[in-house]
Amino acid sequence: MRTLKFLLRKEFRQIFRNKSLLPIIFILPMIQLLIMPLAADFDVKNINLSIVDNDHSAYTSRLIAKIGSSGYFHIKGYQSSYKEALRLVEKDRADIILEIPAGFERNLIRESSQKVFLAADAINGIKGSLGSAYLSSVLSDFNDQLRIQWVQPQKFSPQATIDIATVNWFNPLLNYQFFMVPGILVILVTMVGGFIAALNIVKEKEMGTIEQINVTPVKKWQFIAGKLIPFWLIGMFDFTIGLLIARFVYGIIPLGQLGTLYLFLSVYLLALLGFGLLISTYSDNQLQAMFVAFFFIMIFILMSGLFTSVDNMPVWARWLSRMTPVTYFIDVVRMVILKGSGLADIKNQLFIELGFAVVLNGWAILNYRKTS
Amino acid sequence: MQQFLVFVRKEFHHVFRDKRTLLILFGLPVMQILLFGFALTTEIRNARILIVDDARDIASQQITQQVAASTYFSLEKNALTHDDLYKAFREGKIKCALIFPPHFNDDLLHFNKAQVQIIADASDPNTAKTLTNYLSAIIGDYQKRLNSTAVLPYRIEPELRMLYNPELNGSLNFIPGVIALVLMIVCTTLTSVSIVREKEMGTMEILLVSPFKPIYVILSKAVPYLALSLLNFILILLLSVYLLGVPIRGNIFLLFGESTLFIISCLSFGLLISGLTNSQQTAMLVSMMGMMLPTILFTGFLFPLENMPVPLQVISNIIPAKWYYIIVKAVMLKGMGFATIWKETLVLIGMTLFLLTISLKRFKIRLA
Repeated sequence: MRTLKFLLRKEFRQIFRNKSLLPIIFILPMIQLLIMPLAADFDVKNINLSIVDNDHSAYTSRLIAKIGSSGYFHIKGYQSSYKEALRLVEKDRADIILEIPAGFERNLIRESSQKVFLAADAINGIKGSLGSAYLSSVLSDFNDQLRIQWVQPQKFSPQATIDIATVNWFNPLLNYQFFMVPGILVILVTMVGGFIAALNIVKEKEMGTIEQINVTPVKKWQFIAGKLIPFWLIGMFDFTIGLLIARFVYGIIPLGQLGTLYLFLSVYLLALLGFGLLISTYSDNQLQAMFVAFFFIMIFILMSGLFTSVDNMPVWARWLSRMTPVTYFIDVVRMVILKGSGLADIKNQLFIELGFAVVLNGWAILNYRKTS
Repeated sequence: MQQFLVFVRKEFHHVFRDKRTLLILFGLPVMQILLFGFALTTEIRNARILIVDDARDIASQQITQQVAASTYFSLEKNALTHDDLYKAFREGKIKCALIFPPHFNDDLLHFNKAQVQIIADASDPNTAKTLTNYLSAIIGDYQKRLNSTAVLPYRIEPELRMLYNPELNGSLNFIPGVIALVLMIVCTTLTSVSIVREKEMGTMEILLVSPFKPIYVILSKAVPYLALSLLNFILILLLSVYLLGVPIRGNIFLLFGESTLFIISCLSFGLLISGLTNSQQTAMLVSMMGMMLPTILFTGFLFPLENMPVPLQVISNIIPAKWYYIIVKAVMLKGMGFATIWKETLVLIGMTLFLLTISLKRFKIRLA
């Protein structure tokens, strides 16, 4: 126990002496949490629209006013031809072109139907398809208004209609930040814990100082515990700061119990640090350790369901996602913070995470040899 | 010149000796293309839905069948009480629920009006919105079939065309982003770390006191990484064409030219970092945080730029990768020529010159 105390003191001194590491541990997470949620807004809005109006009638100006007031579209300009509008799309200034043919108003009334043309830049598939769906629904709203003008509505609906009432639970205002902030909290702990732990033992290897430790009577587990505990505490600390930022900047108050969250965090950090250790026992130098860690953490984060739901993935990818420790923590953080899930709801995830912690750390200890 | 080649060869030896780093270097783009191309999709599939059918009549059955038949949803067993429903949401077992009230079909037949309720788990707002849209569309289709005889007057019919990507291939948007990201990792991080390593190990001193000009020491370090990054670039292009079926529409030489320009700007940035830092750890972390994070955030390949607050949009303009991303998108995916992208190219040239000048100015031949 005494040995461990001395080792811990050594590690803490080394961390606090390293002036370049400190801002990364303490300031970077805060900046991340302040900028990332602002940036990670996947709502499709602010669609740039170019309008080619060949009709210039009262109806088209009403239609354009309606589109402008829908809140989703920025009307970037009125072009005189489709070709000119296409130039805007090529330069990335417009996302969708709406072309209204000449005789729009006259044909609509006389022939009872009239086409309009939409062309969407579909390089970003979601924006293209959702944007044009929004525009179509504005068009059909406009269409309904016109119809009411021309056709006297009947008292009883002549057609069977099904009213759909939608309720959004857990986040009634559909605030995207409520979704992203808890996820980013996880990423921040993961980056700090995973990277720096991976670099730590390798640094001693590269510098040759590990030999000096190896010839002392310090035991394997003491050495590894000495490396683990400081970063475990730093991870806890960063997460707490993150929670405070979430509370006071984004107004996110966890619905569930903090105890549940911290219990899971402590297990998660163990698993993560074990992973970092494992990498550092396999690497010969810091560059290698960092690249391997980066490679895996990148996969972990992409597969974790932070940005895209795991359910959407093909079967092989869902298995890959199940084999990454980050997935479970993101799941749990969102459940506890947004839905108020309790310990009973998350016990499966907790056991799996515990399994990760045992396997990764066990493997790392087995693989760490005092003789090279 | 002879000496220079010898130094370049030494650097190549360093690179090829570290098999693991090399493996990751080429594994990274392959992995990213695979994941982005096949695994990461915002397209909804197999969303777990629970149907609470208090009506149990023909209309509710037919709608349920439609939902079950769609690839977007996978049905969950019936829960009976409201408490069960809440619990299922809380455990994350279901994403949404569709509730039919009693007498659904009767209401529809007699009053021409009936109600259903959709409950969505909005802790993931985008999925909730999309699922609600899909369910509404299925119900709307059913409604249309009921009314198939009536034709509405005064119809506006939108005709839709998807430009550049008619089959809505989801991987199109991120390929330029992956290219930028990988080039940056290779050029900025590897270059800066390999220079700082010599400093940290003390071998830099030996190199600097040799009769070889100090600036060539640095340049010889850049050459292998330039070669590696061009190889990587070709690998990504091949993968995206043959694996993902994304065509290269524009001039390939223009694409290579612009990429070389971007690579040089990354290398200069790596050089700058190596001048400012003294330990490998710092160099890595600075290049990761200073270059990678802004690239991921501000190029617009992962996060939509136009939704960001104005100050962030302004900041995004100083990130070279943003301009490179616009250029690659225009040349590779839209098939544009130089005439459309000369402004972006000019900005990128300006940035490269700026980075190169300060990094060369900061380069010292004496160690502290």
